[in-house]
Amino acid sequence: MNQNDFAAIVPVLMVTLAACATMMAEAFRPQRDLAAGRWFGTYGLIGLGGAIAASLNQWNQSLVGFGVISVDNFTVFFNITLCAIGILTIILSAGNAERDHLPLGEYYTLILFAIVGMMLMASTTDLLVIFIALEIMSLGVYVLTAIKRSSAEGAEASFKYFVLGAFSSAFFLYGIAMAYAVTGTTRLDEIGLRVASSALDPGILTILTMVLLLVGFAFKVGAVPVHMWTPDAYQGAPALVTGFMSTGVKAAAFAAFIRVFLSALEPLRLDWVPIVTVIAALTMILGTVVGVAQTSVKRMLAYSSIAHAGYLLVGLVAASSAGKAAMLFYLVAYSVTNLGAFGVLAALVTPVRQHDDVWDFAGMSKERPGLAALLTLFLLSLGGFPPTVGFIGKWYVFNAAMQEGLYTLAILGVLTSVVSVFFYLRIVVMMYMSDETAPEHRPKVSAITTAGLLIALAGVLSLGVLPGGLLKIAAESVASIF
Amino acid sequence: MALTLLVLLPLVGGLLVLLLGKDRDQLVRQVALSVSLVTFLASLWLWSSFDAASADFQFVERYTWLPDFGISYHVGLDGITLWLVLLTTFLTPIGLLCSWESVEQRVKEFSFFMLLLEAAMIGVFISLDLFLFYIFWDAMLIPMYFLIGIWGYEQRIYAAVKFMLYTMAGSVLMLLAIIWIAYYHQTVTGVVSFDLLDLYALEIPAELQMWLFLAFTVAFAIKVPLFPFHTWLPDAHVQAPTAGSVILAGVMLKMGTYGLLRFSFPLFPEAALQFAPYIAILAVIGIVYGALVAMVQPDMKKLVAYSSVSHLGFVVLGLCAMNVTGVQGALFQMLAHGVSTGGLFLIVGMLSERRHTKLIAEYGGLKAVMPKLVAMFLLITLASIALPGMNGFVGEFLIFIGSFASNPGLTAVAVTGVILSAVYMLWLFQRVNYGPLTNPRNKGLRDLSAREWVVIAPIVAMCIGMGVAPGVFLKPMEPAVKRIVAQVRGIVPVNAAMMSGVFSGTAAAEKTPDVIAATPAVEGSAR
Repeated sequence: MNQNDFAAIVPVLMVTLAACATMMAEAFRPQRDLAAGRWFGTYGLIGLGGAIAASLNQWNQSLVGFGVISVDNFTVFFNITLCAIGILTIILSAGNAERDHLPLGEYYTLILFAIVGMMLMASTTDLLVIFIALEIMSLGVYVLTAIKRSSAEGAEASFKYFVLGAFSSAFFLYGIAMAYAVTGTTRLDEIGLRVASSALDPGILTILTMVLLLVGFAFKVGAVPVHMWTPDAYQGAPALVTGFMSTGVKAAAFAAFIRVFLSALEPLRLDWVPIVTVIAALTMILGTVVGVAQTSVKRMLAYSSIAHAGYLLVGLVAASSAGKAAMLFYLVAYSVTNLGAFGVLAALVTPVRQHDDVWDFAGMSKERPGLAALLTLFLLSLGGFPPTVGFIGKWYVFNAAMQEGLYTLAILGVLTSVVSVFFYLRIVVMMYMSDETAPEHRPKVSAITTAGLLIALAGVLSLGVLPGGLLKIAAESVASIF
Repeated sequence: MALTLLVLLPLVGGLLVLLLGKDRDQLVRQVALSVSLVTFLASLWLWSSFDAASADFQFVERYTWLPDFGISYHVGLDGITLWLVLLTTFLTPIGLLCSWESVEQRVKEFSFFMLLLEAAMIGVFISLDLFLFYIFWDAMLIPMYFLIGIWGYEQRIYAAVKFMLYTMAGSVLMLLAIIWIAYYHQTVTGVVSFDLLDLYALEIPAELQMWLFLAFTVAFAIKVPLFPFHTWLPDAHVQAPTAGSVILAGVMLKMGTYGLLRFSFPLFPEAALQFAPYIAILAVIGIVYGALVAMVQPDMKKLVAYSSVSHLGFVVLGLCAMNVTGVQGALFQMLAHGVSTGGLFLIVGMLSERRHTKLIAEYGGLKAVMPKLVAMFLLITLASIALPGMNGFVGEFLIFIGSFASNPGLTAVAVTGVILSAVYMLWLFQRVNYGPLTNPRNKGLRDLSAREWVVIAPIVAMCIGMGVAPGVFLKPMEPAVKRIVAQVRGIVPVNAAMMSGVFSGTAAAEKTPDVIAATPAVEGSAR
């Protein structure tokens, strides 16, 4: 253990410390002083902001910590993305969490611990550490799903999520065991070497390893056929938790997915590419087609998130340097957009009305023109319209797919995105074109929520018009390692 | 900066309109109209400083945007787009002014979307980078979607969503084709490029051209709309508010034909020559079918909508002839149709504003109560049915000359469309305006107001002006058209080029004798 080890984990440590500080503050808070919780978010903001600063410092450093944490540019990219997701989540939560009577201390602590898990997941090069990170992240998110104690739906969603998640974790763990059985190690680089030596004729156990790991990752990113938890969990959780888990969990899971499948299991590409191709195609189709049938907005966005996982998997199949960079860019694009969309949904929740049915949005543009315009822009970005970042993300992914000659996937991708536009527009139709106006009043939006939404909006538009910088950074992030 | 300014003016103006306070509808209208008028003046200035003798792109601006992907902000104007941009800037203030009273709700958003639409449409015409073009192309759908969906008639939501999905379904495949061709450029030359001028120089193997041509052409055919891709159009037109219909028919349909001319044909010339006869057949089916369906419509707006299917068929027929005369005729017809059909939608809008119905049967004998409006209606109707001396005639005549040279049989069928158009338009005019004034509700209808005069007068002036002095419009487009035709064929067909001398200013034969001499009887290559 030396200084370098610690230098490598500074960002993770900062977030961990922030999480601990929040927990302590909650523990030592005077019982009656409920307002104290209002400031707990600031610990998180400081920790995450510090982590971003520290991560920026690690760019191009290629540190290794404790032999299992690899701080390459890929890690830095994901650490910053994940911390930014955390910051945006906290800012957007500030106005709503208290209003919804969430236990603030636990809420912020769990978000921060989940981010610690995510960051570890993106940076580690050992299967076992990936598993531990996965569990840290998942446990946080399971509890967050049910954080609203009074909500039966939340409890149900959390329970389903937990049982299915545990199931998939078991698959993943079994995959690790298999990998160890075949190669005698859990380190990705060594697994890669061993697998490469027998890549031409991989044994059944090697293939089984690959399939089991694939199931574990597919579950976490919400890909078909292990996507079933997504709609339930998304619908049951508070809107911002859904926003957080649909972006953070997905980004972290994809980070590990990319790292494992494009380093350790890269030699088996010929074996896993057909499987992932089929999964990607089915995920895109199911996500959009079933999304059309939804009337709950959160469920609809859950299916949309499944579809987006499909587009990301297209990038994985392409797996050229453009494909990897495209996935990174897409994750950022999707995260900022989706957080914005869920931020608007969260701002609209009242005790009497969840604002979840599409009919609840009827006539919203008259009553809340600003929020309606914001939600419209986020939905257009999810649908991939220029000049938003969603368009650039999709273009980049399909660009990579076309370059690699994946015409079928690309055609399927663009056609399903047309279908998805149909259901995104359903909400827009309700907000702008419906004659009816939903009866109940919509709550006031706090200044800090507005600020959070405007940050998301700035991201959606600025990255949509001038994506050059992020495209370059995404390309450099993958260039350094694979 | 001139062209960028032309996009930025309405864009910034639109955002400015959004910032105006609540309940200041009149101010919003005035600001929006002023912005669109300034944009129109700016485009007139472009025209005045446009070098009509040059085939090159002018006012070119090029800034690197995403250099790693060969994408740049590259815009320019040639003799073709000059007119389409002018058409856009001409119709937008008219659209805003015609909605002065009919749009009472959410005036701010309405003006914003109109200006946004104008910016995006200008962007489509001036883009010389395929990526940039696609961005404008797709972005243009959003304001139109809102215009139809919010301010339209009863079935507006259905029409808006149908419009959106139909157009998108076509254009996403074009996006893939755009990406493919950009990377094909990399395969050939080593650098990826989305730049149109680079891609023009690319030689793509004939068998690959076919797929790319189809991907592009389907996107444009939906927009035109070419039979059998036209089913979105009657819905969108009928349900859209008047200003939406004017812009939709006046400008947006032309984007399809413009796309064929600018992208599909010159990028994939071999496929274009191979497919042109079949597209021409579809165009002729559209001409006759659109006209027949228009004839039996009980709804004025639907009638005008189907007449657009028919008229745009002429345009596509002219393009498919792929000779200078045919293409020039097609371009002229695009402008003429934009003006005259825009005018028809305005008239229909004025009538339905007064009577709240678009059914022909509800009217009759209007001549007695509103003679001025009926007079304007008559002039625009005559322009639409291509009476000599009106703008519709010049375009259709040139199209037939051009098309006859390459495909006499089809042209003969297409000419029946002219007769049919006279049938349905005159019949419409007769049923609405002549006869006894039977419906009591039509009695006290007021005639044109001062504002409506301002709306309709420029349209009528253009209908006549373009018919009397077509040379003004044909001359600047000629070099650019010649360049594109030469690009597709490599050569200019002989008889068509000589015939185009019929109209002053289109004297292709006088100017390029060498080309003609070198290319005897090339018509066979079209088939």
